[in-house]
Amino acid sequence: MTSNFKNVMPIFLKELRSYFNSAVAYVVIVVFLAIVGWFFTSDLFLMNIASLRMMFEIIPAVFLFVIPAITMRLLSEEKKSGTIELLTTKPLTDAEIIAGKFLAAWALVGIALIPTLLYYITISFLGNVDNGPVIGGYVGLLLMAGVYVAIGIFASSLTDNQVVAFILGFVFVFALYMLDKILYYLPGWLASTVEFLGIDYHLSNISRGIIDTRDIIYFFSALLFSLYLSVLSLQRRNW
Amino acid sequence: MAITVSNLTKFYGDEKAIDDISFEVKTGEILGFLGPNGAGKTTTMKIITCYMPATSGSVTVDHVNIADHSLAVRKKIGYLPELNPLYLDMNVVEYLEYAAQLHGLEKSRINHQLKEMIEVCGLHDVKHKDIGELSKGYRQRVGLAQAMIHDPDVLILDEPTSGLDPNQIIEIRNLIRQLGRAKTVILSTHILPEVQATCDRVVIINEGKIVADGTPDQLQQDFQGSELLIIELKASVPNGLEEILPKIKSHNGVVSAEYQPIGDGLHRFAVRLNQGNDIRENIFRQAVAEGWVVLEMHRKVTSLEEVFHKLTMAPADKNEKYAPAVH
Repeated sequence: MTSNFKNVMPIFLKELRSYFNSAVAYVVIVVFLAIVGWFFTSDLFLMNIASLRMMFEIIPAVFLFVIPAITMRLLSEEKKSGTIELLTTKPLTDAEIIAGKFLAAWALVGIALIPTLLYYITISFLGNVDNGPVIGGYVGLLLMAGVYVAIGIFASSLTDNQVVAFILGFVFVFALYMLDKILYYLPGWLASTVEFLGIDYHLSNISRGIIDTRDIIYFFSALLFSLYLSVLSLQRRNW
Repeated sequence: MAITVSNLTKFYGDEKAIDDISFEVKTGEILGFLGPNGAGKTTTMKIITCYMPATSGSVTVDHVNIADHSLAVRKKIGYLPELNPLYLDMNVVEYLEYAAQLHGLEKSRINHQLKEMIEVCGLHDVKHKDIGELSKGYRQRVGLAQAMIHDPDVLILDEPTSGLDPNQIIEIRNLIRQLGRAKTVILSTHILPEVQATCDRVVIINEGKIVADGTPDQLQQDFQGSELLIIELKASVPNGLEEILPKIKSHNGVVSAEYQPIGDGLHRFAVRLNQGNDIRENIFRQAVAEGWVVLEMHRKVTSLEEVFHKLTMAPADKNEKYAPAVH
């Protein structure tokens, strides 16, 4: 799975441009800001604490459906229209194709997160914000988004139907998100393993402002594993 | 840049799509890949373009095995897939640029190639339009421009004229002829006149097997078997059947002859000849000697269409003796 960045770049730029040429990018950014803004303001003065905790709690839930929507067409549309045949007969490896698409979708999520800094700026006028959890929160969100995007791309690689890709992507990320919330129903010996597999557990670790290598390793291995599955899925044509 | 296909076989599950096919394309040749739908044309092309591997057998492009040096081979190949898939939301220039970048072309070369392709393929008027807005003919030109943006030595075109109207078909054919001059081209089609109009050589494939390989003229001759000569005479004899027919039959190489009186002293003969026998001169001299007036005399040559039909008929009809149609 060697990748040459020079080959990844055109795909990355093309996909990112196509998000902004269609309405997708703007819809994502607006939906994001609106939902996050609603939860951010609705209890800010109720709690009377200068904290972005509420925001960092709601964004992972918003990611659950926004990210599969961003990634659903990345491969399924190419399969449906047949352009996948153009792409895979160019002098590129399958890993480069997946990498370009992954980076474009991840970048879009990153861009959508930028306006939420407004809430941070607002709050820092109102009171003293503890910067550690904010930095940790953003790092955690970006890593989580990376994992979701990778999973979404895998879902998109399984089908030529965008709706199916969306639903599969949603189910996969939702399962990952829920893992550490069902511990109550599990036998004790299984609970700690399942907790470690749940993505929200690692996000909450990072969000406290403590960046632990175990969490970083978790995010990157989940991300790379999903991308690896996507490459395998793209190579199914060879079987 | 020659292409050699040796003993290529491909299974889809248990189904054999192509069965041990071998052929060669020489540098600069335009090869027509002909066959009914589902014969294995597209499968073969998908293998040559490195879209998917063969079950067994090998393909070399310029003596390089495509399985071992897939990326290097892909740089030399321009490919127009079946049904010409395109990104409908991109405009023409963006799309061609994208294709060029994916081939790893340098910026200055991209600009140069882009200008040339827009010029050659006649895309100047639509270059800033979204591909989704273009007519089918223009889309096909964009597809061709895309296949040639990196100036490949080999062009693989899967049914480049399907779905076009007759005028567009002629345009695209001319374009292929013009562009194919310096390149090795394989184009697939199930339209016969296309092969005669554009190709130097034809490979006919049926049910995954090659059933014929040669120039269009060669194939016509090889599958001709016998020739038919139609003669119409004016002669004032009461009974052509008895007085003229035996005389015509007496020529060398005549297999059989049929007589058909048209009345008014007119006589019509359909003479079947062994291949390679031309008795027209003798008939003429005989007519002069006998005082017949030759009103019409022509040979019926097997058309490629008939060759194709003969070779790709349903298996049940295969044993049927081939006979050129008499119109």
